[in-house]
Amino acid sequence: MFEAIAFYLFAFLTIVMFYITVTTSQALYALTALAAGMIFISAFFFILGADFLGAVQIIVYTGAVMAIYAFGMMFFDTTRDVKEKKGNKLIVVGLSTVAAILVVLIFSAPMISTNMIAFYPSIEGAGNTQEVGMVLFTKYLIPFEVAAVMLLVAMVAGIVLAGKKMDLSITLMSGAEIEDIKKDQDKKVLS
Amino acid sequence: MEKYLYIALFAPLVSSLFAALFTATPKKQFVGIIASLFIFTAFVSSSILLTHILNGGEVVHVEMMTWMATGDLYIPFGFVVDQVSVTMMMVVTLVSTIVHIYSIGYMDHDAGFNRFFSWLSAFVFSMMVLVMSDNFAGLFIGWEGVGLCSWGLIGFWFHKEIATWAANEAFIMNRVADLGMLIGIFLVYWNTGSLQYDIAFAAMPALETSTLTWIGIFLFIGAMGKSAQFPLHTWLADAMEGPTPVSALIHAATMVTAGVYLVIRSHELYDLIPNVGLSIASLGAFVAMFAASMALVNRDMKRIIAYSTLSQLGYMFVAAGLGAYWVALFHLMAHAFFKALLFLGAGNVMHAMHDELDPFKMGGLKKPMKWTFIMMTLASVALAGIYPFAGFFSKDLILEVAFVEHHYIIYTVLLLTAGLTAFYSFRLIALIFHGEERYKLFGIDPHEAYKYMLVGMSPLLLLAIIAGSFKISYFEMVTNLLPEIEYHIHHPITFWIMTIGTQLFVIAAIIFAYKKYANSNVKVPDGTSAMENSIGYKILKNQYYIPYAYEEYIVKPYRELSSLFWQQIDMKVVDATVDGIAGVIYSTGERTRDMQSGNLSTMLKWMVAGTVGLLSLAVVFGLAVRHSDEIFAILSGLGA
Amino acid sequence: MEIGLNHYLVLSTILFTIGLAGVMRRKNLLLLFFSTEILLNSVNIAFAAISHYYGDLTGQMFAFFVIAIAASEVAVGLGLLIVWFKRHGNIDLETMSSMRG
Repeated sequence: MFEAIAFYLFAFLTIVMFYITVTTSQALYALTALAAGMIFISAFFFILGADFLGAVQIIVYTGAVMAIYAFGMMFFDTTRDVKEKKGNKLIVVGLSTVAAILVVLIFSAPMISTNMIAFYPSIEGAGNTQEVGMVLFTKYLIPFEVAAVMLLVAMVAGIVLAGKKMDLSITLMSGAEIEDIKKDQDKKVLS
Repeated sequence: MEKYLYIALFAPLVSSLFAALFTATPKKQFVGIIASLFIFTAFVSSSILLTHILNGGEVVHVEMMTWMATGDLYIPFGFVVDQVSVTMMMVVTLVSTIVHIYSIGYMDHDAGFNRFFSWLSAFVFSMMVLVMSDNFAGLFIGWEGVGLCSWGLIGFWFHKEIATWAANEAFIMNRVADLGMLIGIFLVYWNTGSLQYDIAFAAMPALETSTLTWIGIFLFIGAMGKSAQFPLHTWLADAMEGPTPVSALIHAATMVTAGVYLVIRSHELYDLIPNVGLSIASLGAFVAMFAASMALVNRDMKRIIAYSTLSQLGYMFVAAGLGAYWVALFHLMAHAFFKALLFLGAGNVMHAMHDELDPFKMGGLKKPMKWTFIMMTLASVALAGIYPFAGFFSKDLILEVAFVEHHYIIYTVLLLTAGLTAFYSFRLIALIFHGEERYKLFGIDPHEAYKYMLVGMSPLLLLAIIAGSFKISYFEMVTNLLPEIEYHIHHPITFWIMTIGTQLFVIAAIIFAYKKYANSNVKVPDGTSAMENSIGYKILKNQYYIPYAYEEYIVKPYRELSSLFWQQIDMKVVDATVDGIAGVIYSTGERTRDMQSGNLSTMLKWMVAGTVGLLSLAVVFGLAVRHSDEIFAILSGLGA
Repeated sequence: MEIGLNHYLVLSTILFTIGLAGVMRRKNLLLLFFSTEILLNSVNIAFAAISHYYGDLTGQMFAFFVIAIAASEVAVGLGLLIVWFKRHGNIDLETMSSMRG
């Protein structure tokens, strides 16, 4: 019973939040709604008994990803309203609905059939986190490591893309050189 | 013996290709000399083969290589030298050699000297293929080849529009007749299963008469085109636009006789259908009279000689139609000699008179052009059929054939035509060589042709005189192949009355011609005399208005029809369809170009749309695969 | 009433639709990225639901990796967006049409 109430409540909230994200003309509202939606989705994960996943969702998505988006927002002029072209709503909604249905149908077709063998069945008695840990570090070790490398690469890429004056390495210069550069900058500002 | 066959066949081809190397360069005399040497080589080979056959040698039959071997159809490149073909070969190569030598002098000042010899030798090669081939397909190749070379030679001076028009007329008229011949060849293959002469003719007695009649008629239609029988005769007179050596070779001795050769070669067929033979003979008699009548009043020297050729071709067809094939071949041979001689002489006169063709503007040329005068007169005597020249033995023989076979109408027509022939031939001689020197009014200073040209023409003169003496040996040789029928008139009195009567009639015509045209009262007609305005004269002068009728009732409507097809159907329908297809593709491309707008939003929409499409297809096919058995059952239920 | 797998799948479909509509509709590049996040999240829900109802941990693993990848994607994407903004001054999709055909 609780599960049903929780499900419908969170479902309703999630849909509303994401709808706002997609349709609002103010960027800030979209960001806020997206963050809220993420939290509600983590609620779903908790309902489904995927505790670890739910926690990861909150930390990574709502925490890190949304923070990045918020920082990104600071760069852009978000006070202006986002102009939207008058697109044909029918095409958009219709297309997306059909696409979604098709995707779900296709990917769930094997599951609607009767036989389904679990590859990595959950072990009774252990909590979700332990189970995740057991599978992640044995069967999924290689994807794990690769994902780690990928995150490193993404991090470096992000720094390189967004940083300025990357050719100067302040840590390797002596104090006198740093003073010179500062004076050049002041001269430019004054003149 | 085979090597002589190949030499005789391919020497003209080598000559033609050799001369073709020089067509783009200015005149080089050695091209003409070497070409003549090659053709002379072919003549020597033909003579060797002739001696071989005359001495009772075996017929030489070679198969050079296979042309088509598909299914039941087997056509080789095969050549046969038998009695008929060796006669033709000898005639063709002899006249060709003389014409080549003559052309070295005649085309002396022409810029297209090298090209002329290339075409001329190519013509000789095609004619050799025609007469030496042993199947209908090879005959047809030679047939088309001579048509093509004749086109090239008639239209040799292609800057003159009338020459190109005459060339086109000749070729197209021949092509129309070739359609008939092709149908005939198809019928031969269909009914007998082979195109080889020996196999086809052996199978013919087993066929129905109606089939044989059709084959005979269609093959004769082809012969009608080549030998310019009525109604496909207008091209021969217009073909005089070409250089005179061309007229001598092609339109006197060789190409126009190809039709006669065809009938002679197919004698086994025509023996089985005597009705068709009779109609061929009647048509031949009609043409003989018809052409002679047009030559009576013509004022173009070469055209008179052309009509004379046409008339004599009629004689040959009479003989062939009545079954006297060896007589037709004999007349073909004799006629080749004296007609070629006449044409070459006319060429001399033309050159001397600076290409003037009206005999009324000449006159009294026997003094400056003695040898040409002698040759042309003797050739005309031979043509008229006076004893003991060659024409007597061949032409009078045809008259005898007609009489003996009880075709008295044909006999009368041919007799009258003989008189007309003598009249117009000597009218020409009298106007050109006798009487007052009218050419002085036009300021022309004539001179005789080069010595070597005259020397080259002399063998023809000799043969025109003595060819009659070959009759016996020729008869013995050729009747090994052709039906051996001797034509005797039983009553000796009838025979002598006929012969002497014919001679007297002809001589009277000659004297009449001389009286009328060799005196000094002859003036250049200028369109005012009573004779010129009489209806008979006008009809004859305009060739019975037949060319006019062809132009008005055939050529013009056809041109209108062609122009209609071009503008209405080709341009509006066919072109429009093709352009329309291209236009549709182009506009489709233009419109779908908007897909690549660069606008990410639009492209994302397209991407989703595409994905949706592909996924739907995947679902449909997946369901079909899963339920394939039921679908199969439904479909087969529908089919039944 | 009993919440079955179908409920979750329907929810996932609805969210996916919303996300896709947003991807197609948005003209501001940043908001386009937001829509992409929605897409990824809907798929995560589906994975987790299937994993729960079939007693298999594979779904959760997949969702886990999807989160990791989404995070790195955001990092790189935003970096690129910043570079573009510095060069062009706006991030409107209408102006990014240099790849037109």
